Amino acid sequence: MSLGHFAATIAQTVLDVLPIAAIIFGFQFLVIRKPIPQLRQVLTGFAYVLLGLVLFLQGLDQALFPLGKLMAQQLTDPTFIYGPLAGERPPVHWADYLWVYLFAAAIGFSTTIAEPSLIAVAIKAAAVSGGAISVWGLRIAVANGVAIGIALGTFRIVTGTPLHYYIIAGYIVVILQTLVAPKLIIALAYDSGGVTTSTVTVPLVTALGLGLAGTVPGRSVLLDGFGLIAFASLFPMMTVMSYAQVAEWRTRDRSSRKARSTERGD
Amino acid sequence: MSKQLRLFLKSLLDSVRDLAPIAVVIAFFQLVVLHQPIPDLADLLFGSVLVILGLTFFVRGLEMGLFPIGERLAYDFARKGSLPWLMVFAFALGFGTTVAEPALIAVADEAAQIAAEGGVIDNQREARDDYANGLRYTVAVSVGFAIMLGVLRIIRGWPIQWLIIGGYIGVVIMTAFAPEEIVGIAYDSGGVTTSTITVPLVTALGVGLASSIEGRNPMVDGFGLIAFASLTPMIFVMGYGMLLQ
Repeated sequence: MSLGHFAATIAQTVLDVLPIAAIIFGFQFLVIRKPIPQLRQVLTGFAYVLLGLVLFLQGLDQALFPLGKLMAQQLTDPTFIYGPLAGERPPVHWADYLWVYLFAAAIGFSTTIAEPSLIAVAIKAAAVSGGAISVWGLRIAVANGVAIGIALGTFRIVTGTPLHYYIIAGYIVVILQTLVAPKLIIALAYDSGGVTTSTVTVPLVTALGLGLAGTVPGRSVLLDGFGLIAFASLFPMMTVMSYAQVAEWRTRDRSSRKARSTERGD
Repeated sequence: MSKQLRLFLKSLLDSVRDLAPIAVVIAFFQLVVLHQPIPDLADLLFGSVLVILGLTFFVRGLEMGLFPIGERLAYDFARKGSLPWLMVFAFALGFGTTVAEPALIAVADEAAQIAAEGGVIDNQREARDDYANGLRYTVAVSVGFAIMLGVLRIIRGWPIQWLIIGGYIGVVIMTAFAPEEIVGIAYDSGGVTTSTITVPLVTALGVGLASSIEGRNPMVDGFGLIAFASLTPMIFVMGYGMLLQ
């Protein structure tokens, strides 16, 4: 590991945290004008967050990102898709890219499970809902959403269909689901769209999108390479609302069955 | 001390479990699908150890530092009862955490490149930098505005769906008028603005506010700030693209 790179990661993370710390402590001392309770614990916590992020980013940069990006390139490489002997390239057929869609779904799911900001929101949601929404239930629901979203996003790049058709159709589904989903979940579901795409997911997914748009004949990196993040933010809203819907049906089912069995007296 | 150690070991194990799926996916595709060896195994293992340690410290730090201070601030602001100061704070938090966000800087530079190649601006360094900086401040202002609006919603108890659906309609209308090259970037910019430190802090702030204001439910009203922060940049970035067209 190069020491210079490590120092750069530290500097970048400190620069990231500094404005936030300045705003928080500034308002605390100048506007609220009250001492922070358990200041030492809070400062230790900040130090942990800082240290954790530095190690996390450094480790990702060193291990995961190079390999993940390399794999994204290899999987989208025409020699992998059409075989090494394909001199005359056949016209693009979406089914040729099956491994790419599978990789997109798998990498979307697994990076979302490791996403620190999603872990944070899931811990908070479990605490606030009194356990009705479990940490793992939410994380898996969101990860499924990202998996579907990114797989569909790569399909869109391969077929070259316009991005906004998918997004607008997705919005319509979200709006319809909002009408029927349990009220408690709506705000959290909307939030889960934004939290999924940060430290771990974005670099890998971007590499996949740009690699794909660069190698599929007839696609432009500029016009088709973007948009995967948008897919990854849209679909978790649907899967989280579905998750809550199913959970609600189950409890209703169970309680009605219980009510029936007490009526019968057994 | 041994209790501390046990806690640490337990969260270490949690982190291993969090990262295991990535390891499985990479190993499967590399070995089974691509038939390639895993390069630099030692480097890979060392990097994974760093990632696991990092995640462990991060989650500990969340519960010790970020969550309590976010909630404390929300509680103090609610007791102080000064709406203007709370609004200033919300805007500062959204703007301040976004303007220096590395992912945003990268997207802004990319967008400037596209605009230059599309002939919207001069393909010169200075013009590109101007465009990228303008975009960056546009997004930062939009996130500040989003957190402000989101906090106001929590205080007033407005139902979130009307605001978000209204925003979607805004996005759809803007898509029809915005230059085609900016649409993909605008849609993506909604996702990149919310960083790993902002999310827990803003969530704690929202939940804390909803818990300390009478008549608000932390589950129904406390979440949703992130949703606003992901929505407004799309509208603002498309607006920026249209203005400079």
